[in-house]
Amino acid sequence: MASLKELKGRIGSVKSTQKITKAKQMVAAAKLRRAQAAAEAGRPYATRLAAVMASLAGKVAGDSAPKLLAGTGADQRHLLVVVNTDKGLCGGLNSNLVKAAKLKARELQAAGKTVEFYLVGKKGRAPLKREFPSLIGKGFDTSIVKTPGFDEAEAIANELIGMFDAGKFDVAHLIYPTFKSALAQDPTINQLIPVPAPTVTEDTGAVVDYEPTEEEILEELLPRYVRTQLFGALLEREASEQGASMTAMDNATRNAGELIQKLTIIYNRQRQAAITTELIEIIAGAEAL
Amino acid sequence: MPLHFELVTPAKLVRSEDVHMVVVPGTEGEFGVLEGHAPFMSTIRDGAVQVYASANAAPEIIQVRGGFAEVNEKGLTVLAEHVEG
Repeated sequence: MASLKELKGRIGSVKSTQKITKAKQMVAAAKLRRAQAAAEAGRPYATRLAAVMASLAGKVAGDSAPKLLAGTGADQRHLLVVVNTDKGLCGGLNSNLVKAAKLKARELQAAGKTVEFYLVGKKGRAPLKREFPSLIGKGFDTSIVKTPGFDEAEAIANELIGMFDAGKFDVAHLIYPTFKSALAQDPTINQLIPVPAPTVTEDTGAVVDYEPTEEEILEELLPRYVRTQLFGALLEREASEQGASMTAMDNATRNAGELIQKLTIIYNRQRQAAITTELIEIIAGAEAL
Repeated sequence: MPLHFELVTPAKLVRSEDVHMVVVPGTEGEFGVLEGHAPFMSTIRDGAVQVYASANAAPEIIQVRGGFAEVNEKGLTVLAEHVEG
């Protein structure tokens, strides 16, 4: 049995933990609103770009298609771009992402492909390195900026496209969390490079003038598309992190509350027991006289 | 009939409004877009997009970097990676 003083100390420490988790929860709730707004504001660009891509890709097909669309012709070396968060305290978000990445890597390896990782964010590094020590390639550190924006997405995209042009890999997959709600963030795997050909080819029938030619526009457009994908992933990550963090911290605060209640009951019982013992001693002493 | 003009960046929808004319800095030269322009697509160079709210008004100048412009039956859409100001 812990002494009264020890119990008091424990209650105090749980209380201060609760204060921290509560504060983190409120910060996450405030940030979530902003991150969600940012994710929504980024959608028009992505949808419009996708629409333009669809109408262009339908026209430029076959041999003249740029490498980013057509691929290298091989399907051997795969690059997994895993977007994790930089900070913890967000529940199972990162471990879910890592799990999805591992699964995908295993699947590709089982099919006889070589796999390499490109890590964005800090939290995925350690668990993936434990599993695949030799496969961790380069990464991108997003922890140096407060909120990763388009500039970071651009930097990542440029590096990836550079690696692709240098023939370091054939196919790149992007693994990132999709924000559904504060309770659910699903890891999503999308093919990033070569850019998947849009399934619906829009044909408006109108004759569109291109300046410069279709091929040149498409060549300009594809890197932009990759950048937009990465930017979207960063936005989703931000929203997911805050959402997951809010939920996790809410749970932690509640658990701490329960623990405090339990400890307080034990503390009161023990105090009561001590008082009773003292009383018995006094009465017994008085009686002996 | 006014021209529907949209300026979009990855971060947000900067403009969505009906204007008289927009002059876009295309890679192969500036071009003005009025209502009823034929379908057209062009990449743009870094420069100023001039927005004329009405025929006689002074243009509003928006600096853009990197992107492309698309004209279809719905109007003009400029997708720019960066917008200054």
